[in-house]
This record gives sequence, C-alpha cells and structure tokens, in this order.
Amino acid sequence: MARPPHRLRIFLMSVEVSHLRKTFGQYTALDDVSLAVPRGRLTALLGPSGSGKTTLLRIIAGLEMPDPGSGAIRFHGQDVSQTPVGARRVGFVFQHYALFRHLSVFDNVAFGLTVRPRATRPSKAEIRERVHHLLRLVQLDGYERRLPSQLSGGQRQRVALARALAVEPEVLLLDEPFGALDARVRKDLRRWLRQLHEEVHLTTIFVTHDQEEALEIADEVVVMNQARIEQTGTPESVYDHPASPFVYEFLGNVNRLSLPSAGFASADAFDERSGRIAYVRPHDIDIELPHSGLTGEAALVRHIHAAGAVAHLTCARESRPSELIEVEISRQRLAELALTPGTAVRLRMRRAHQFAEDFAI
Amino acid sequence: MAAATTSRLARPAVLAGPRLHRDPVWLRRTLIGLALAFLALFLLLPLAAVFAEALRRGLGAYFAAFHDADALAAIRLTFLATAIAVPANLLFGVAAAWAIAKFEFPGKSVLLTLIDLPFAVSPVISGLIYVLIFGAQGWIGPWLIEHDLKVIFATPGIVLATTFVTFPFVARELIPLMQSQGNDEELAALTLGASGWQIFRRVTLPNIKWGLLYGVILCNARAMGEFGAVSVVSGHIRGETNTIPLHVEILYNEYNFVAAFAVASLLALLALLTLVLKSIVEWRARRTASESSS
Amino acid sequence: MPAHTPRRILPGFNLSLGFTLVYLSLIVLIPLSATFLKSADLSLAEFWALVTSPRVLASYRITFGASLAAATLNAGFGLVVAWVLVRYSFPGKRLVDAIVDLPFALPTAVAGIALASLYASNGWIGRLLAPLGIKVAYTELGVLVALTFIGLPFVVRTLQPVLEELEPELEEAADTLGATRWQTLRRVVFPELLPALITGFALSFARALGEYGSVVFISGNMPMRTEITPLLIIAKLEQFDYRGATALAVVMLVASFLLLLLINTLQRWSNWRHRAAA
Repeated sequence: MARPPHRLRIFLMSVEVSHLRKTFGQYTALDDVSLAVPRGRLTALLGPSGSGKTTLLRIIAGLEMPDPGSGAIRFHGQDVSQTPVGARRVGFVFQHYALFRHLSVFDNVAFGLTVRPRATRPSKAEIRERVHHLLRLVQLDGYERRLPSQLSGGQRQRVALARALAVEPEVLLLDEPFGALDARVRKDLRRWLRQLHEEVHLTTIFVTHDQEEALEIADEVVVMNQARIEQTGTPESVYDHPASPFVYEFLGNVNRLSLPSAGFASADAFDERSGRIAYVRPHDIDIELPHSGLTGEAALVRHIHAAGAVAHLTCARESRPSELIEVEISRQRLAELALTPGTAVRLRMRRAHQFAEDFAI
Repeated sequence: MAAATTSRLARPAVLAGPRLHRDPVWLRRTLIGLALAFLALFLLLPLAAVFAEALRRGLGAYFAAFHDADALAAIRLTFLATAIAVPANLLFGVAAAWAIAKFEFPGKSVLLTLIDLPFAVSPVISGLIYVLIFGAQGWIGPWLIEHDLKVIFATPGIVLATTFVTFPFVARELIPLMQSQGNDEELAALTLGASGWQIFRRVTLPNIKWGLLYGVILCNARAMGEFGAVSVVSGHIRGETNTIPLHVEILYNEYNFVAAFAVASLLALLALLTLVLKSIVEWRARRTASESSS
Repeated sequence: MPAHTPRRILPGFNLSLGFTLVYLSLIVLIPLSATFLKSADLSLAEFWALVTSPRVLASYRITFGASLAAATLNAGFGLVVAWVLVRYSFPGKRLVDAIVDLPFALPTAVAGIALASLYASNGWIGRLLAPLGIKVAYTELGVLVALTFIGLPFVVRTLQPVLEELEPELEEAADTLGATRWQTLRRVVFPELLPALITGFALSFARALGEYGSVVFISGNMPMRTEITPLLIIAKLEQFDYRGATALAVVMLVASFLLLLLINTLQRWSNWRHRAAA
C-alpha cells in the first residue's frame, strides 16, 4: 500500500503505534513494533502463541504499559501513551469475556454508562434505551435479566461485545474473540462479527492465532512472530505475496521442496543450487501421469484422502523418498487419472516462491 | 496457624456424595464408627459438659450468673475489644488482599509469610510482646507513666492483644479468593471508565462478599474467645479489665463452678452460632461459585 | 509519572500496600522484634542459664512431648475422619463436617474447664477411668487430651481437599493393573496424601506448642511435671521476672518460626506435586 502523506495519514489512520518495546523480565514480548491501523476497518493481529499479539492489543488498550521511554500510541494522531485506560475510549472484549458474574446481562451492558460522573451520565431512560438497542444489535433482546452463568459461550461473547460498544468507543479491541468457543459456534459468530462490522464501521482490531479466521473476515491482516511484525496487508496480498518463509508457512499448508527439482517450468528463474528451498502450496501443483516428453518431478502416490470437496494426496519424491509433498486436486481430476497408492506421477509446480535470505534453513 | 483451614472457601469443593463406594461394608462401618466415636469423645462430650455443668443447679442459678455487675462488665469489655479489633483487621485484610492479589511486586511471598506470623506465635507471647513495650519496665512504659497513660492492665492492651491474635483471619481468607478470581473483571471495568472506588465497590466487593463474611465470622469468634494473650495484658481487675473468658477463669478458680460454666455456656453458644453461620456461608459461597463457573 | 517505575494499571497499589505495611509493622513486626531486642540485654551465659534451668527443661519436655503425641494421635484419627467424610455417605454427615471446626470456634478457656470437669475423678469420663487406675486430670495425660482437642481440625482440614481432588481414575487404574485394595491404598492413595498429612501434623504440632488456655485447667500446673512452657512464661511474668519470660519467649518464638518455615516448605511441596500431576 502506498503511504499517503503525513497529514492525510492522520485522517485515515485510526490507531498508530511506533517503536514499541515490551519486556517481562528476561522475556521480550514486543521488539520495536510499529503499526498503523486504518480507520473504520477490521484488522486482524495474527500469529502463533507467544508472538506478542495479545500484548500489543493490551498496550493499545492501555491495559499494559510499554517499556519506559519506548515508542508512542496515537489515536487519530493524538498521543494517548499517557492516557489511562478509562479515558482512552476503547472497547475491549476479553478472551474469557470477563463479564461481571454478579450482574445481569442488562447491568453488565449498562455498567460503562452508570459509572460515569453524574454530569455526563445519561438518564435512566436513555441508558435503558441504549442497552436495549445494543442487545437487539447482538441479537440478545429478551435476555436482560439473565446472569452470565445462564448463558452459552457464544451468548456471553455477544454480551461482552455489547458491553464494550455501550460506551461508544473509538476503537474496538477483541482478544481471541472466538478462542473459547467450539468449532461450529466459532464459524457462525465470526461471520456475524463481520456483518456487525459492516453495520457499525468501527475501527476494530482483533487478535487470533487462526489464519483461516483472519483471512476470512479481516480487511487487513498483521502477521506477528517472535515479538515482531512480519507483514501487514490485505488477506489476498499476504496470502499471495508472503514476505517471509514464516508467513508462507503460517498462512496455509505449504510444501518445502529441496532444490534442485524437475518440477518447474524452465521459465522460472530459481536459484537451483542444492540446499536451497522452494515453497509451493498444495493447490499450486498439477499432477500428470508420466508420458514421453513430459517434464516434472517424479513421485509416487503414497496416500489419498478424498473425503470432501478436494482430494488430498501425499506423494513421495522418487529422488528423495523421505520428502513428502502434499497435493490438492479436484475429485474429478482424481477420477480422470485413476490414481491409487503406488501410482507413479509427475508433479508440475504452477507457482512457487523462494526467499533470498533462506540460506540458514 | 489456621492457614490450612481458612482457605476452605477458595476452592470450589464438593462436599457431595461419595464417588467411591468400593470399600467393603464392614470396613466402611468400622471407619465411620471409629471417626464418630473419636469426634464424640473429643468434641461433643466437652460441649455437652459445659451445658450440663451450667444447668446443674437449675435455671435460676444459671441466670443468676448473669445478674452480676462483674459479668456484665466483662461482656461489655469483650464486645468493645471485638468491635475495634474486627473492623481494623477487616480493613487490613481488604488492603492486603488488594495489594497482594491484584499486583506483582518483589517480596510478595515474604509478606504473605509475615501476615501468617501471628498464627504461629503462642497466645501467651502475643500478650508478652506488648508488655515488653508498654509495660512499666517496657520501652515506652516510663513515658506512659509520666503522662498518666495506661496500656497494659487496661483496655488498650486488651484491644491490642486481641487485634494481634486475630490479625490474619480476613487477609488469609481474601488473598487466595481474590487470586483465584484474577483481574479480568476489574480490568474490564477499567476499560469501561470506572474509577478505582467504583471498581472495588461494584465489581470486586460483590465477588468477595462471602469470603469477607467468612473471615469476619472466624475473626469475631477468636476475638471474643481469646484467653492466653488477653490474660497476660489484662491484670485481671474485676469489673475493669476482665473479658468473658477471663471472668470464666476467675469464677472457676474460686470454685464457683455453676457460674463459671454458665458464663462459659454463653461462649459455647457463640461457638455454635459461629459454626452455623460458617456452614451457611460455605454453602452459599460454593453455590455461587458453582453457578458462575458452569 | 516517574520514568523508571512501571505504571500499574489497576489503581490503589500504593495505598493498599502502604497501609498493609504500616499496619503489619505496628501490630506485628515491631512488637515481635521488641522481644528479640529485649533478650539482647542478656549476656549469652545468662540467657543460656535461664533457658536451661531444670524447671524450664522439664517444661520443654512436657510441652514438646505432649504436643508430639497429640499431633500423632490427630494424624491417625484425622486421616480416618477425613477419609470417612470424603469417601462415605452416612446420615448427619454435613453436621459432622461442621462440628469438626468446633475447636477453632470454642474459646480455649471454655474447652479447658469442660475437659477438666469431664476428666476429673468425679467427672463423666474420669469416673469410668478411676476404677482402672487411670488418672487423666492433673497428669501428663490431661495435657495430651487438651492438646488433642485443639489440634484436631488441622489434619482433617488439610487432608479433605486433597482427598476430594484425588481422581477415582487413579484407583481404578491400579485396580485394572491387578492391585489388591490394600496395595492400591498403600502404594497409590497414601503417597498422594502424605504431603498433606505431614502438613496437617506439623500444623497441629505447632498449634499445640503454644497452647495455653485449654491446658492450664486440666494440667494441674505442677512444676517439673505438668507445667507447660507458656504457663512458665506467665509464672515468670507474675513474679516480674521479665528477663526470664523474655528468654523463654525467644526460645518458643524460634521454635514456632522454624515450624512455620517447615510448614510453608511442605505446602509448597504439596502444591508443586499437585501441579506436576495435573
């Protein structure tokens, strides 16, 4: 993405952090992290556990302080580094929701309004109006009097969201919003969150370790690894143009192919020296039966798993039998080729990626 | 040294039915019989003896024990000492639990051990330490005499000794409870703009109310019943520096057994009330815990 | 904001810790250290003479001996009571569970006079024992009875949670591997309970060491025989022998602190084993 001139950035960028460091004793959680989050978009902080994503989110919220003297946090161009949590106007949804267990759903959602000083506190009628509106928004009208313990995980999640939205935050922050839910509820809820975002258009940042989740609903993905940001971009751009082997491997299944290999079209300009590696996604590989004149990596089919929309094949390279290659083809193609375990095949890589700084691996 | 027992609230324990019934019936019956016999011999019989001895000469003699200015003065003094020691230790317990459970700081485990100290100290020594400071030969004893102030053999000493022996009760109850509850709800309230006092009153306090009550009940029982520590600092001045347990001792040593046991029965009733309240609170707290964890 | 202290997110740290430390110092730490400072007035030889006189040595013997015996008794019966309360169901179980805490709730003086009247030669129990030639009140046995009473809940209450959390699967696994019930108890269950049992024993012992109220009425307080150390401290105080009382207090305090240290270590061991298994 081209960088707009500074003044425009203030207008476009909702949350900016620059040169943040955070250490816990010997452990470095964030190492010189800078990030700009566009206004009104849904941004995912994606990374494995321990990558620093939750720490970054908590620092943006003000629940954690960066190391003294390091970096700054700006909301709409205004430095909030010294602003206490309560004054930052963030909505924060905790991983385990942190609902007030002794308060009803209504009182949970109303909490942020009722703790305001009398001068700025809305009237009782307004509060009731706002809470009901929010509960309708999160599809929980009728649940006002329930206690958190009487709700399912997905419902608790939505109460937590309504509670965060009640204070009309400028930024909505969600920590692993679907982490504690089971697989089906997760899928429903993340689509619903995307829809909700279309409705309210609030600048939203959520933390996740699930690449599928990030790619499916985020406008913008920030991939983190070992206390640093590896790459930032739209889901398509990070998926198609990963900036590092880590991003490549983290964003989906990938084969690591030791070079040299006969599987590439001659037009591909690869550094074919032995010891180098090419990264190939399973769905970027064509599979053919061997016939004269066909070039390709010679391999044997080891295992076929065809339950589902695509067939997953595990093949072993003839030149390096210990190196297994995953291939995904349509079930129709599988039927055409009549592949069975033991069939000799040729693999042709449609697309592959090589990283310049990859020597160490 | 009740550290092991006072954390009964913090765990979401099940006092429910047995999970294993695999021991043979004869063994089960033998063990149950043995346990009940032991408890009856050591717990129930002494309790029964108090009431039996108190009522030995009938109800008239029983109530006569309370128509005594010295007995009433002892009751007043006990209530006074309790009314100061319990709130003071309550305030301390809440402050200590807030600092220890909500924050990380160096020296925390040392602080935890120090809070437990009064449980490890013999009651007699708990009284002695104040004598060594405020007594006629103590550090500031001469200064106190000069200014005509009395601590030892007077009410302030009794209050101090009572405060010392009941020092850890509320803190020991609240610390594990608040640690197990974590900080998330308080942080959530903070992101919603609540002030420190609002967080405490509207989020923390409702979550710890049973633990707080439990600690206060235990603290109160010990404060009213303390004998050794108070005995050292009291001076046993009838009608002035005698608490209920000290009054019992004097009556007993004068062979006025009926009166001694009558006044003691008051303390025994208090103990029974304590057990009842304690069970109710345990039951309520566990129900709340199992509700909110489901 | 000071540049180098990490800012704490939740409010009230300075206030709560400050109050905690001030209150702790005023009520506990300063008075306790006064005892040690006072004893520093004594020369080492004087101190040694005071804490090793024959009457004092006899008081250690009865105090430590009876405390040890009472803690042992409580460990045995406490194990049975805890086992019965956790594993079996019987009518009145909740009541029995509640009554276990009676020694915590009943003032020690009340327990003292009750036990004394029970075990006196004309008391309910004393009367039955007298024909057998067993005297309890005003003997070492009386001290043992009182110390058993006040230490009773400790073993039960430390074992109960451990027993409750002991997974039935553990014993079932031992059964499927062909162990007899006795082997399972001895080699699977008992080792799991051991840290808690020792902790309960130590707590009960520590409580007994310092006990005063329940003992003085039943022990008869005979010097060289049934005079416990806390009572001796009071006796010295009443004779205005502050130096002697302080010296004895220091010995008792050191013993208590060592026990506290041991108990803390035991509990950490127990917790650690718990977590390692989970």
